[in-house]
Amino acid sequence: MQPIGCILNDVVDEVFKALADASRRKLLDILFKNNGQTLNELCAPLDMTRQAVTKHLVILEQANLIAVKWRGREKLHYLNPMPLHEIYERWIGKYERHRLQALSDLKKGLEENKDSK
Amino acid sequence: MKNPKQVYQTYIRATPKKTWDAITKPEFTRQYWAGIANVSDWKPGSKWNHVAKVGKQEEVWITGEVVESVAPKRLVITWADPDDLKDQSRVTFEIEPMKGMVCLTVTHDQFKASSTMAGKVAWGWPRVLSSLKSFLETGKGLDVFSRS
Repeated sequence: MQPIGCILNDVVDEVFKALADASRRKLLDILFKNNGQTLNELCAPLDMTRQAVTKHLVILEQANLIAVKWRGREKLHYLNPMPLHEIYERWIGKYERHRLQALSDLKKGLEENKDSK
Repeated sequence: MKNPKQVYQTYIRATPKKTWDAITKPEFTRQYWAGIANVSDWKPGSKWNHVAKVGKQEEVWITGEVVESVAPKRLVITWADPDDLKDQSRVTFEIEPMKGMVCLTVTHDQFKASSTMAGKVAWGWPRVLSSLKSFLETGKGLDVFSRS
């Protein structure tokens, strides 16, 4: 069963649950450094059993934080930044835009002030 | 990043046809891709241009060739800055229908070793794709490049 992106609240839950674990965050960091790895490659630098890594990868995949692409019979794991970007947009991006708008209003105000002198 | 191949995957409540049109029709791309138009007849071998309006003038910001085009499922194009055509990469759009929605996967790869494009598009793709999703689901895109 494929997840449904970040449309529904329970999918957002899945993203936060997936991130609430140091090993899973480490897996994402490893993929950020070197994207597109097989299970074997991902196991190599980790002090974890293959079963444990598999379990973590399934959780990351369900949260859509990892996208899977096949190269022949090899399953390659890629970091998918979309859910994190959607979270960023929802809780950070829109506030940042207000701040930038305020700055640009301030600049405009100051410039108008200067012109009238 | 050792392997600069980038994969972006998002689930959108839309039909494959609407998703395809949103990527290939300039009147739609303008509404969510910072006013930029993707212009081509989308036949394999044809050119495509990513055209921005700067003042009253039109400027081609990205150009390339259509490699594969299977509407509404799969589109493969090459991607380069017209001022630096040697720095060419490849973009693949895959639209997979699911119950009541599509899974859109965008893969950007085949970057040249010295390419500066990978860094630029890593900034842009998540913004463009979340705006595309918003456009298809709500009829309104996001202000994608507001922080550029």
